[in-house]
Amino acid sequence: MSTETISQLDVDRTRGDFHYPEQHTFDAGVGLSHATIDYIADVKNEPDWIREFRHKALDVFESKPMPTNWASKDLDNIHFDKIRYYLANAQRPTRSWDEVPDDVKRTFERLGIPEQERKFLAGVEAQFDSEAVYSNMKKALGDQGVIFVGSTDGLKDHPEIFRKWFGKVIPTGDNKFSALNSAVFSGGSFIYVPPGVKLKHPLQAYFRINAENFGQFERTLIIADEGSEVMYMEGCTAPKFETATLHSAVVELVALKGAKIQYVTVQNWSANVFNLVTKRAVAHEEAEVKWIDCNIGSRLTMKYPGVVLKGRKARGEVLSIALANNGQHQDTGAKMIHAADETTSNVISKSISIGEGRASYRGQVHIPKHLKGCKNNTECDALLINSTSRTDTYPAITVRGSGNSVQHEASVSQVSAEQIFYMQQRGLSEAQAMSLSVNGFVNDLVREFPMEYSVELKRLIDLEMEGSVG
Amino acid sequence: MSLVIHNLHARVVGGQEILRGLNLEIEKGRVHAIMGPNGSGKSTLSKIIAGHPDYEVTGGEVLLDGVNILGMEPDARSRAGLFLAFQYPVEIPGVSNANFIRAALQARLAAGEELEATEYYGDLYKEMDRLEIPRGFTARSVNEGFSGGEKKRNEVLQMAMLKPSYAILDETDSGLDIDALKIVAAGVNAQRGPNIGMLVITHYQRLLDYIVPDVVHVLVGGRIVRTAGPELAYELESKGYDWIKDELEAAATA
Ligand SMILES: Nc1ncnc2c1ncn2[C@@H]1O[C@H](COP(=O)(O)OP(=O)(O)OP(=O)(O)O)[C@@H](O)[C@H]1O
Ligand SMILES: [Mg+2]
Repeated sequence: MSTETISQLDVDRTRGDFHYPEQHTFDAGVGLSHATIDYIADVKNEPDWIREFRHKALDVFESKPMPTNWASKDLDNIHFDKIRYYLANAQRPTRSWDEVPDDVKRTFERLGIPEQERKFLAGVEAQFDSEAVYSNMKKALGDQGVIFVGSTDGLKDHPEIFRKWFGKVIPTGDNKFSALNSAVFSGGSFIYVPPGVKLKHPLQAYFRINAENFGQFERTLIIADEGSEVMYMEGCTAPKFETATLHSAVVELVALKGAKIQYVTVQNWSANVFNLVTKRAVAHEEAEVKWIDCNIGSRLTMKYPGVVLKGRKARGEVLSIALANNGQHQDTGAKMIHAADETTSNVISKSISIGEGRASYRGQVHIPKHLKGCKNNTECDALLINSTSRTDTYPAITVRGSGNSVQHEASVSQVSAEQIFYMQQRGLSEAQAMSLSVNGFVNDLVREFPMEYSVELKRLIDLEMEGSVG
Repeated sequence: MSLVIHNLHARVVGGQEILRGLNLEIEKGRVHAIMGPNGSGKSTLSKIIAGHPDYEVTGGEVLLDGVNILGMEPDARSRAGLFLAFQYPVEIPGVSNANFIRAALQARLAAGEELEATEYYGDLYKEMDRLEIPRGFTARSVNEGFSGGEKKRNEVLQMAMLKPSYAILDETDSGLDIDALKIVAAGVNAQRGPNIGMLVITHYQRLLDYIVPDVVHVLVGGRIVRTAGPELAYELESKGYDWIKDELEAAATA
């Protein structure tokens, strides 16, 4: 019953699948060269050190081969010469929702912003193509010294903090796509939380691709100073275009002594998006970094959030859910680099493959010999809905030294035709039955997520299941 | 008003024929029992009526209150009023019993209508109490780790909650201890009435002492070969099926 229908049908991504005609004031044109970079640096009126940083990064990008020796060959279908690298209307976001241009405002209002801001957020930034169009934070936080702006403003208005940390967690040459981002980045968030300041409500950024043949390269940098706490949530959507769209972000987090950062991603890309993102954090002494990463949609996602556990007793965590529908490949995982004694890390990954969807897990846990008292726990669970699905696990765990412990568990389960039939016999449609199973599969993990996020996630899973059975 | 099975022929998709011209009519308000040797096609009949994708119907029809349901998806048949208590209930990891039954009830409401939660739990607890199912079972995953008897009780609970107009109970008695048999039978009897027709599949006459049928049928080789009153069950209990098979053979060669 299920197999044929599932494997033939396409996904309907109703809420995000619309776009308005574009009219950009700033457009770097099609293709990538040093001239593109000068255009971006000129338009943004950037200091020389950044311009140089970009030019060098482009050279690194060009010198690095595609990682097709280990990753998907589909990467070869990205045509860098056909992509537009910078599209924007203005250089500074407004702080008042009324001043946002009408078509952009309509876009975000359809996506539920700024409704959510009023409801539960401490601050919101909305990025449309290359630049933030709206950015606002509760005044009380500004008074406490919290900074929450776009990366463009961060660089201009807070150079002393920005320059100190920018590109330090993820060097340009980390991989081909971090180099690309370093060359052409624009937008993304810059956050600084002063010592001891604990944000009760999350900060949210919303990334929206509106233009076809476009590449979005946001760059996010979050610094949580000693003893501070912050939760950041990002949401992403794009309309369904015929041609491939590229999203290649770099996200760097720095949690100083005793600080806590929670970084939550709700990704709902349409099936034409290549999503190649580098995310990494450094956790200093007794600091805690938690990545909650949910990947729904896209054509190919490659993303392995990591934590470098640099200080004694630092903690790192990655909780991730990946849902690979037909024609999609979710290549996700986690990196835990232990670099101090008594550091602990926890990775829980749940993947769901439907139809011909493919989910891969790549994990890296590194605990060098000289360290003592380090712990890692890794669990990867895969759920296959129908037999053509693929799931692969590539755990790489290098643990040396006897004073350290690692625990690794993996499981693969199936939603069988018998289970679907049983649920259908009780009156649930095939899509509802699949949603229920998928929600059941991710349930214990989702319980750890913030409330607003779990509601949104459940809604996205339902939509995805409806799309998969048509 | 009845569930009519008319000259039904069916087989495993691409395989051998299991039902060979089966006729049966279950009227609302009545309870029919089916007995028959292992492998005669009792469970297959129930699954075909429910729309299981492993089987294909090669002839005949199944009418639910006059509507042919054979072209309908299994979930549409369920919402049309058909319920099957499975011989082997399936485990659904991660989905709690309470959420599952709630979703099934919600699926019966019109778009935009929401099931009222307090009322739902009120009903659920009432039926659980009747079947002596501890409250803890609401939070447990559907059938996961349930004992054989607990699974059967859970089937009857779902039936009580969904209030079907036609229910097929496939060996709901097997796996039940003597006390549980009485409780489950009482649960089923409580649902008896003018608004439901039941088909009870069983191997043991004992069940029929508790759920007294109006009619008893014998299914052999994919066909109903004998129909009589409850006394037929006693006869089968003491004599087995061989005498029926012998009579059939004699008739065939005559
Ligand atoms: N999916 C299937 N694939 C192959 N054979 C099947 C399938 N389903 C049923 N059969 C066969 O059809 C016959 C009837 O099976 P069915 O389960 O209906 O018997 P039953 O009367 O319910 O028996 P029991 O009393 O043992 O429960 C059996 O020989 C069985 O092996
Ligand atoms: Mg059977």
